[in-house]
Amino acid sequence: MTGVPLSWFLILSAVLFSLGVAGFLIRRSVLTVFMSIELMLNAVNLSFVAFSYQLKQVNGHLFTFFVMVVAAAEAALGLAIILAVFRNRGTLQVDEVNSMKN
Amino acid sequence: MDLVLFLTFAIVAVGCAVNLVLQRHPISAAISLIGVMASLAVLYLLLGAEFIAAAQVIVYAGAIMVLFVFVIMLLNAEAERKTGRSLVARYIGIPSLVLFLSLLGVLIHALYPSAERASFGGFTGGTPQNVGRLLFTRYLLPFEATSALILIAIVGAVWLARKEAGE
Repeated sequence: MTGVPLSWFLILSAVLFSLGVAGFLIRRSVLTVFMSIELMLNAVNLSFVAFSYQLKQVNGHLFTFFVMVVAAAEAALGLAIILAVFRNRGTLQVDEVNSMKN
Repeated sequence: MDLVLFLTFAIVAVGCAVNLVLQRHPISAAISLIGVMASLAVLYLLLGAEFIAAAQVIVYAGAIMVLFVFVIMLLNAEAERKTGRSLVARYIGIPSLVLFLSLLGVLIHALYPSAERASFGGFTGGTPQNVGRLLFTRYLLPFEATSALILIAIVGAVWLARKEAGE
């Protein structure tokens, strides 16, 4: 009875993903919303690596690597957009950026 | 031993994630996210993903989070203001989140019976050698595509973050 059941990794991944969704929905600071997206990407990476362990193949690690690269590109672009929004609107609260409303 | 390692870092990861969701100030959320990423790196190591664990610490906890903290400092982000509309989230959202997660746990256990148990050293294929060989043979085209993606992201970030000519 040594070792950890692999389904526990999947459950941990699901818990982290759901917390990311919850943070995405309830936070109002655009930076925290963005960090919740990163948390969701990390949760998916954990399930990739767990399935890679089960199948004894490295392919899952490659997918994790590509997700990291995309996350880096997304972080650079998203933070630049946040900078532009802050320069134009002077706020970081997502519910105050509502010029498309009404 | 593996179980102790997993439970310790799983609890740290979930605790930091809960803290990320509950904190009002972005800098506290950023520090919590670094905690989640560091404990996930230990879990990757437990699953035999050495290269991914190192990349997690260097790329995620290093580069990306430094970018986040840099922007938080640059914009002088303050804690978000309270609004009085969060009662629905507190009395319906949290119980339904707990219910959803318990159902999901039962479902994963039912669909995916834990015949296999992960232990440290059970899979040692995730070395930089193996990952690199696959990266430059089978996944060469996606790898080259990511270089174009990164270049576009750099150009786009510089263009978006530049000062307007009229300012």
